[in-house]
Amino acid sequence: MSEQTLRLRLAGISKHFGAVHANNNIALEVAAGEIHCLLGENGAGKSTLMNILYGLVRPDAGEIFLDDKPAAIHSPYQAIELGIGMVHQHFMLVPTLTVAENVILATRPLFSLRRLRETVIRDRRAIERQVGEVAQRYGLKIDPAARVSSLSVGEQQRVEIVKALYRGVNLLILDEPTAVLTPQETADLFQTLRSFAAGGLSIILITHKLHEVMAISDRVTVLRDGRVVGRRITRETDMHELAGLMVGRDVRLTVDKTPARPGAPALVIDRLTVVGGDGRRLLDNLSLQVAAGEILGVAGVDGNGQRELALAITGVIRPASGAIIANGQALVGRTPRQIADAGVRHIPEDRQHMGLILEFPIADNFVLKAFDRAPYTAHGLLQPAAITAYAQTLIERFDVRTPSPALPAANLSGGNQQKVVLGRELDSQPRVLVAAQPTRGLDVGATEYVHKALLAQRDAGAAILLISTELEEVLALSDRIVVIYEGRIVGEVPGDRANAQKIGLMMAGVQTASQAGGEYK
Amino acid sequence: MEWIVGLQALLQATVRMAAPLTFTAVGETYGERAGVINIGLEGLMLIGAVTAYAVAFASGSIWLGVLAAGLAAMVFGVLFGVVTITLGANQIVTGAALNLVGLGLSSFIYRAFFGTVTDRAIQPLETVKTPLLSQIPVLGPVLFEQNLLVYAALLLAPLAAWVLNRTMLGLAIRSVGEHPKATATAGLSVIGLRYGAVAFGALLAGVGGAYLSVAYANQFVENMVAGRGFIALAIVVFGRWSPLGALWASLLFGFTFALQLRLQAANIQIAYQFLQILPYVATIVAMILLRGQSAQPKALGVPYTERA
Repeated sequence: MSEQTLRLRLAGISKHFGAVHANNNIALEVAAGEIHCLLGENGAGKSTLMNILYGLVRPDAGEIFLDDKPAAIHSPYQAIELGIGMVHQHFMLVPTLTVAENVILATRPLFSLRRLRETVIRDRRAIERQVGEVAQRYGLKIDPAARVSSLSVGEQQRVEIVKALYRGVNLLILDEPTAVLTPQETADLFQTLRSFAAGGLSIILITHKLHEVMAISDRVTVLRDGRVVGRRITRETDMHELAGLMVGRDVRLTVDKTPARPGAPALVIDRLTVVGGDGRRLLDNLSLQVAAGEILGVAGVDGNGQRELALAITGVIRPASGAIIANGQALVGRTPRQIADAGVRHIPEDRQHMGLILEFPIADNFVLKAFDRAPYTAHGLLQPAAITAYAQTLIERFDVRTPSPALPAANLSGGNQQKVVLGRELDSQPRVLVAAQPTRGLDVGATEYVHKALLAQRDAGAAILLISTELEEVLALSDRIVVIYEGRIVGEVPGDRANAQKIGLMMAGVQTASQAGGEYK
Repeated sequence: MEWIVGLQALLQATVRMAAPLTFTAVGETYGERAGVINIGLEGLMLIGAVTAYAVAFASGSIWLGVLAAGLAAMVFGVLFGVVTITLGANQIVTGAALNLVGLGLSSFIYRAFFGTVTDRAIQPLETVKTPLLSQIPVLGPVLFEQNLLVYAALLLAPLAAWVLNRTMLGLAIRSVGEHPKATATAGLSVIGLRYGAVAFGALLAGVGGAYLSVAYANQFVENMVAGRGFIALAIVVFGRWSPLGALWASLLFGFTFALQLRLQAANIQIAYQFLQILPYVATIVAMILLRGQSAQPKALGVPYTERA
């Protein structure tokens, strides 16, 4: 890293959306060949800042300097022209096109009489070769002729990086790039980024994961509530200090947990198979057991059957074969309502679409599973007074920050929305709880709250199936851990002896004989 | 040999009946690949039909009429774009409104200017025999003994397919209908691409409508498009959102139009009303057969906002 040349300087960047100051007078400096982390919780303003830099959002005030020259960036087109590339958190790839087509999109004029020949794609093979060469030069393995829809997320991310490199980039922004990767893929990505930086490329990495900051960056800028609250040279700081800066108070990075006192098996899944619309086996003879009073963590990379597992247990989708038994009752073939009544509760992975009806008032969301019963309904009519009273008690018990239960759930922050889901699902003491990605998108404070709530349920005797793609979370909460890969359980480790490395390998489908099945059963 | 003459006439009529469908469906294919569905094709075709007729009648030039028809429909296409692309209104509702505007406006213009005119006929667009090629048995007359607008329709489809699949512009259009945000982050204007595709689609719908008045009927009749705009929508789906697919599907539907006319002329003992519904029944059957197909552009009908 060479400190003398400043690739990027942001000065006084401000942006507000309505009453919210997403960015407030932000300054940022990135040197040539530097890897710079932008650290902050969800909603701290990291993505807004980078979207301003990439020309997707216009700032209210502030200046951008590239290589000490003022730069006006009003569109992604201008950003690209200036050598800025961005790998978005949700990939910006067209699934129906090939890798090469995605890469060359908009790299040549659409209309031009003077450059007419460039507007025509004469030889697809030649273009694919060209894209392949760029990828190879930077040590990225991709097949340029493949359709993007057939690629894994890790491969898609490489396509995104190649897309930026192909356009000639000297400042690369990556927004939460590791969210969808296995630990090994993350290590590979970091290796690649380090070699880029050694070649003089400047890299800004947006993240909220502290260990990533420590692992990869030269310097770090911490954002909170749209302001810069700290700048550090990475080797002169530690995770604890960064966490404090990010959250604004002293936080504990570990979860306090007493040993579990598991009872009899409360949830038994036996050779469960779920077949998708295209005939693929999304769950393949999957078996597992969760005892009362324990948390079983299901680790795995997104898209390996976690979703189907949660939905099959809760009756939303129907398995092709296999049995699901909760407290001695067979669940397959029952409706979601009957399953919920049997004491099996569900924190769905997508709280905004499955967990809540965002347009409905908070109060109505609390009674979604009981609105047609007394006391919320009497003589076939809803009883608003009873519903509101019930909502008030849950708002207090679960600490939902809202001025009124009559507000739409959409008005709440992510953390408070999740508390509404928790209130509804946990109030009637579940015997089995399926928690899918319970902290996805939540900030540190809300995450802490959800973790405590789950542990309290465990100690009250609930059997908890924790499905999460955040390995840290699975490690922190689980009493036992199983790894799911392509719809099968490929390994099991006890919570206390688990190590990330070993689970990471299993998540990637690498399996050794000793890890297969119940080594620790 | 009589059946060969009959078949030849039937196929010749098929191509003739397919041409307006081809223009309109190829244009709509572009719009839908860019992510905008315009169900107002019927209205645009009527505007094209009346404009072409009026201009051709006044100027004596059919080609001036066709040009004016394309431009007039394009103006309404751009208006549709302002409402749906810029303002983000519902595309289906706006398209339905466009149909009502087209029907009302074309009838109004016709009555206002031609209500008292007694000799309303215009010079028909003449058939042009392609030298040599028209001598091929059966296929010659079918494909090479037609008017110039038919030739234009037959050439349009492969040209449109080439642009869509083999140019940077086509790549951009295919992207914007699937994943507009990816297209925007690649440095392109979603709004600009969509306006372009919608205007192009409207222009071709206008030409398709013009065909009916100046190249087929040689006059304007109120509501003369008679559902062809909606059939063109079905053709886009049937052709799996590809210009060449749209050409084949147009020929298929052109055949049903031609067939019902032949059957009426053949004096078969079936009420002509039943024969007339043939193309429409074919449309419904085609839509049922094609249910659940997923070639549809992902972002079709979804307004794009630049909020990041």
